[in-house]
Amino acid sequence: MNNFAYTQAASTKEATAAKAADKQAAFIGGGTALIDLMKSNIEQHSLLIDINKLSMLGIENAATGLRIGALERMSDVGEHPLVVQNYPVISQSLLASASPQLRNMASMGGNLLQRTRCGYFRDTAFPCNKRQPGSGCPALVGDNRTLAILGGSASCIATHASDLAVALVALEARLTLESPKGTTRTVPLADFYKLPGATPNIENHLQPGELITAITVPAAAHARKSHYLKVRDRASYAYALVSAAVGLDVQGGTIRSARVALGGVGTVPWRVLAVEKYLVGKPATEENFRAAAALAVRDAKPYEHNKFKLELAQRTIVRALLEVV
Amino acid sequence: MHSDDQTPDAAGPLPQGPSRRSFLKQTGGLLGVALAPPIASQAEALADKMAPASPIISGQASMSLNINGQARNLRLEPRTTLLDALRENLDLTGTKKGCDHGQCGACTVLVDGRRVNACLTLAVMTQGKQIQTIEGLAQGDELHPMQEAFLRHDGFQCGYCTPGQIMSGVACVKEGHATTDDQAREWMSGNICRCGAYPNILAAVREVAGQQAKG
Ligand SMILES: Cc1cc2nc3c(=O)[nH]c(=O)nc-3n(C[C@H](O)[C@H](O)[C@H](O)COP(=O)(O)OP(=O)(O)OC[C@H]3O[C@@H](n4cnc5c(N)ncnc54)[C@H](O)[C@@H]3O)c2cc1C
Ligand code: SF4
Ligand code: FES
Ligand code: FES
Repeated sequence: MNNFAYTQAASTKEATAAKAADKQAAFIGGGTALIDLMKSNIEQHSLLIDINKLSMLGIENAATGLRIGALERMSDVGEHPLVVQNYPVISQSLLASASPQLRNMASMGGNLLQRTRCGYFRDTAFPCNKRQPGSGCPALVGDNRTLAILGGSASCIATHASDLAVALVALEARLTLESPKGTTRTVPLADFYKLPGATPNIENHLQPGELITAITVPAAAHARKSHYLKVRDRASYAYALVSAAVGLDVQGGTIRSARVALGGVGTVPWRVLAVEKYLVGKPATEENFRAAAALAVRDAKPYEHNKFKLELAQRTIVRALLEVV
Repeated sequence: MHSDDQTPDAAGPLPQGPSRRSFLKQTGGLLGVALAPPIASQAEALADKMAPASPIISGQASMSLNINGQARNLRLEPRTTLLDALRENLDLTGTKKGCDHGQCGACTVLVDGRRVNACLTLAVMTQGKQIQTIEGLAQGDELHPMQEAFLRHDGFQCGYCTPGQIMSGVACVKEGHATTDDQAREWMSGNICRCGAYPNILAAVREVAGQQAKG
């Protein structure tokens, strides 16, 4: 790990200004992603700006929806009664992530900005377009078992690793961002992430110095009836091979609204609107779930070792939907 | 609860010069006769806006860590992890380094009562917090019930993961996450054991959870 300077910001203004003034600086929340990357020399930073003293806390549920401060820890949000009751998919996605220790440390904002677990990205002995633009992508013809079948490009097929982001994209969550000028804006999380295209090194639309201060999730009947199903190589403490975040509002046996997003298959958290559209207005039956799930992978482009995700993604959607009817 | 994750303002031993506000308060005191209160508060508001940036630490700096109830003063670079500070600087080698990347749990310690991975924690960020390591668990010669239970159930083979397992087990029981075998398995999954002593580790954790449930 390179040597760096450290400061603890006393205000969001101070934090964003310090970051805007130094291109090599980084915010540090829980540090579980950042320190890991810095130890492996995947990232180098001149200055770490500790944001833990900033007042970006709180888990509040109003009639309009849920608001979570960006510094809330994964463990506290995952077990918060308001979240467990009204937004089970968020709680379940968090408690299926990482380990109890890591969840005690990791912040919500940091979680959404974690970087891919693609093995080539994580090993500086290999070229990688995301880590070193223009150097190439060994995964296209190499070991791509865990990588994406949706949203990839000739430059990169790395999956987005966050479970939380899949749940939040399904529920149409928004981020509140604060700029160094002190202005705030909100963006749908789904639009925040960028497809890799020719520049896989640019992963989101965060502006220089911008800080995530909060996450908001609109209230909805399908949010209360929601579920996160994560399929992985071992039962716990592992990233998703495939995951599904689903929510259904069923009345009198008919689906009124549906939300379905996939993890582990896309280069960004992957909402499948075609599946949702198919389900609305139809009876909530396994048969319909199957027919809908087939639409999720219609445009998929599998690689040598990850063809299994085509079938697995569909089965994961069906099983997750069966949990909420 | 959330204040657990915050470094207290005053307690943190970061070098902190007199703030502009307190300077103005002092001069306000001296010039108090001339300054009417509204002007003084305007000046304070201005001073807040122009507040000097928080100090930047680079290179070796003095820090104070509270470990097992004792203040330990040392000089560290900001990049030193809590794990390295414990093992290399303080000779507290009970906490183990397995993967150094958050993937095994060997480095588990408690910070303000919550279990964390010391390998991904910067020492500089733990100032003002209570750190508990495996060395701080026993009361003199009297072992902690979790240590006793690991002995009784043979909760280890090579013993390398054991300090982390024990610290994690203590937290797991306290959190109320060891009420069934399945729940304890899931909530102990952040601690890997290469020897596969899992059934015995589980038995130890569940026994302590049972003792505490009985009170
Ligand atoms: C072994 C291991 C297993 C894991 N397993 C999973 C898993 O199964 N599922 C999963 O989803 N995740 C998993 N993770 C990832 C983990 O969830 C993330 O590391 C964690 O959520 C990051 O949060 P943090 O607060 O520690 O972020 P940090 O490391 O502090 O920051 C991460 C990035 O975000 C930036 N940042 C932080 N906060 C803000 C903010 N408020 N505004 C702007 N920028 C900010 C930082 O500058 C940095 O670039 C795992 C991690 C490890 C090490
Ligand atoms: S898939 Fe993306 S992250 Fe992985 S090696 Fe290729 S460019 Fe790098
Ligand atoms: S040494 Fe910290 S988790 Fe492995
Ligand atoms: S006892 Fe050997 S690693 Fe657990």
